[in-house]
Amino acid sequence: MNYFIQRLLSAIPVLLGITIIVFFIISLIPGDPATAILGSYATPENVKLLNEQLGLDKGLIQRYFIWLGNLVQGDLGRSFALNRPVLDEILERFNATLILSGTAFILCSVVGVLIGTISAFKQYTITDKIITFTVLTGISLPSFFLGMMMILLFAVNLQWLPVSGMYAIYGGGDFLDLIHHLIMPAIALALVATGVVARITRNSVLEILRQDYIRTARAKGVREGNVLFKHVLRIAIVTILPILGLQAGFVLSGSVFIEIVFQWPGVGRMLVDAILKRDILLVQGGVMFVAACYVLFNIAVDLLQRYLDPRIK
Amino acid sequence: MLPFLIINIKQREGIMLKYREHVKKLRKLFISLLSLIFITGFAVTANAKTLVVGQIAEPKSLDPSTVTAVNDFRIVMNIYDGLVRYTDGKLEVEPALAKSWDISSDGTVYTFNLRSGIKFHDGSDFNADAVKFNFDRMLNKDHPYHNTGPFPLSFFFSAIKSVDVVNANTVKFTLNEPYAPFLSNLAYPTGLIVSPASVKKHGKDFGRNPSGTGAFKFNEWKSNERVVVDKNSGYWDGKAGTDAVVFRPITDANTRVAEMLSGGIDMMVEVPPASLSKFSGSKFSVVEQAGPHVWFLILNAKEGPFANKKVRQAANYAINKQAIVNDVLEGTAAIAAGPTPPAFAWAYNNSLQPYPYDPAKAKALIKEAGVEGAKLTFYVTEGGSGMLDPVAMGTAIQADLKAVGFDVEIKTFEWNSFLGEVNPGLEGKADMAEMAWMTNDPDTLPFLALRTESWPDKGGFNSGYYSNPEVDELLNKARSSTNQKERAKLYKKMQEIVQEDAPWVFVANWKQNAVTSNKVSNFSLQPSFLLLLKDVKKK
Repeated sequence: MNYFIQRLLSAIPVLLGITIIVFFIISLIPGDPATAILGSYATPENVKLLNEQLGLDKGLIQRYFIWLGNLVQGDLGRSFALNRPVLDEILERFNATLILSGTAFILCSVVGVLIGTISAFKQYTITDKIITFTVLTGISLPSFFLGMMMILLFAVNLQWLPVSGMYAIYGGGDFLDLIHHLIMPAIALALVATGVVARITRNSVLEILRQDYIRTARAKGVREGNVLFKHVLRIAIVTILPILGLQAGFVLSGSVFIEIVFQWPGVGRMLVDAILKRDILLVQGGVMFVAACYVLFNIAVDLLQRYLDPRIK
Repeated sequence: MLPFLIINIKQREGIMLKYREHVKKLRKLFISLLSLIFITGFAVTANAKTLVVGQIAEPKSLDPSTVTAVNDFRIVMNIYDGLVRYTDGKLEVEPALAKSWDISSDGTVYTFNLRSGIKFHDGSDFNADAVKFNFDRMLNKDHPYHNTGPFPLSFFFSAIKSVDVVNANTVKFTLNEPYAPFLSNLAYPTGLIVSPASVKKHGKDFGRNPSGTGAFKFNEWKSNERVVVDKNSGYWDGKAGTDAVVFRPITDANTRVAEMLSGGIDMMVEVPPASLSKFSGSKFSVVEQAGPHVWFLILNAKEGPFANKKVRQAANYAINKQAIVNDVLEGTAAIAAGPTPPAFAWAYNNSLQPYPYDPAKAKALIKEAGVEGAKLTFYVTEGGSGMLDPVAMGTAIQADLKAVGFDVEIKTFEWNSFLGEVNPGLEGKADMAEMAWMTNDPDTLPFLALRTESWPDKGGFNSGYYSNPEVDELLNKARSSTNQKERAKLYKKMQEIVQEDAPWVFVANWKQNAVTSNKVSNFSLQPSFLLLLKDVKKK
């Protein structure tokens, strides 16, 4: 428990650092929110006036501390581009991102470990070769390309699945409707991560299979199922777990592309739009949320690892 | 030891058999689950009387006084009315919420007679007080609801000195000076009339709870999924042809095309030129409309080779506009002849011929000016409002200029950074830059981008520092005259001079396009580039 609190506290400077970096990088890139809002009408005069109205005429550092002060009170500010409180927008979007990347994460963990293990147990057989080849292809395919190809095949030509969105425009809105919309983006998002997990699993399972105690166990007549779960996976999971933690981050950040291709109303797409519009408060809030999520997840992975592997203490 | 082992192997086989059966069962379950999902998917079909429109982005707000993007205009034009509106298919104004109006002889007082008995969607009355509330909210810093802004385009109405209520159905606008584009600006989305009662009720959140007098009333806005508007059955100008319209934001152009092909949307705007051929079958129809758009290159007339008029003309001769329009833009634009788009029919000079493609003449002019083989810096954007296909167009232009001996270096910027570089002026940075404008009157663009008084340091968009006193005078006169015939004469003269002076390379006038499915009828695009859906029907 102490360890948990300690890790949680150590995350605060990390998050603070992230907000500082994001805030100043956004301010460094040319173009400001007023120019973005005014478009072709951005005369210096109009820009100045609008900046005053948006509270952007104050100094950069002063603005950062105003933001930080508000943050401590739970106020993330109001988005320029969307004209609504940043927190409302993020919470609404975060739900969608969690559903998408959560599903993709479960997919990549389960399928990755499964095919990695099968591949290791059947080393050098045709099954192993097919799996290894597919995994390599999967890792090499950019997810947005795969997404577009899936849309062309399953949505435009076969018309089995909807092209984009999270729920149907008419009716729908229930769980089945969600699953129906989720299939393509989740698979496209999970593919690369699944490949990575499968490769790591295969290697680590192979290594364990070569150990003497496995031979001993088999010679003793331990059932193959028991060998797999008690003797192999129990050990392999300690190596796989940190990789899963990394993949969670990968899936979360990869959702940016997938959300754009599939028009998924999540945080990733929100961040891209916000950056293009120089909507600094929304970018800040969004990045904070994603970073916090990532940090929390890594702490959870560490804790789980400590629990599973008695050597780490 | 041995019997024990045998039993164990048998046990193991038994377990493996059971395991395989389990796998088979699981597989069956999985397949039936999948087919269930697909079947329910097929069951979701479109409601007959609801029109689904594929938009290019999520709207910022549905408060017309605060929005600036064409994407947002497409929705608000269907929820609200202005005092006046553009005549169907033209860029001239006709009565809307105002039945008629009088203009004082000096052009500074406009008196509007309003329609009576009209109600906002929230049930409150539309009257002269509501009109005054709208303009005071935008223009008067001390107005109690001025904080529901900012109002970035309120400068359209900066000529207004005061708005006075004469009686419930009469309202009087007094201007600082005669300002000819005033009526046209009132027809623009920034001039649409919002419900004061709803602004008071929702404050800063009015943009998410809009209320107007238009043919459709707001129903719901689900962030990044849809905006839904329903038919206003009490509309003063006839009922809408559909029960509801759904606006879906689909930012990725390829996804938008895929949605259109699969029937997920009934209509999409801004079809990428390369995708137009996919919609050639009988299942779809493509609609086109030339609009008040001009795509040009700003030339730096202050320094470098383009300070010489001959070199600026040479650039106009050297660039093969026909090839750009046909091959890069796939026929979605026409060649521009001068600074004013032909869509402003009354102000456009028909006798103007575009600079012909004549590399030999360009070379001769360049030789005369003595700047052969000059190095040029060319600012190109990755994309932006009205910029069409700027990278491909920029590359084609670079190749054309290379053919007449110029060594052109392209610098590419993301749109906002691009505006941040170009709007403050090209001096010391670049010789030429891409630019495009869409305006609702023939006055704004030349006034803001061609006068000496609109050089960047004076707060305008004349980033190439063009200056001609004669043009300045013509533009100032045209903008303050209220006599359309005189205005037309002045603008036609201006176009001749500017074409000869060539401060820009005049490249293209964009034709806006849209695709509809064959279920949709009675749809046309407007030269104003605004999307009007009231009369659209769906089978």
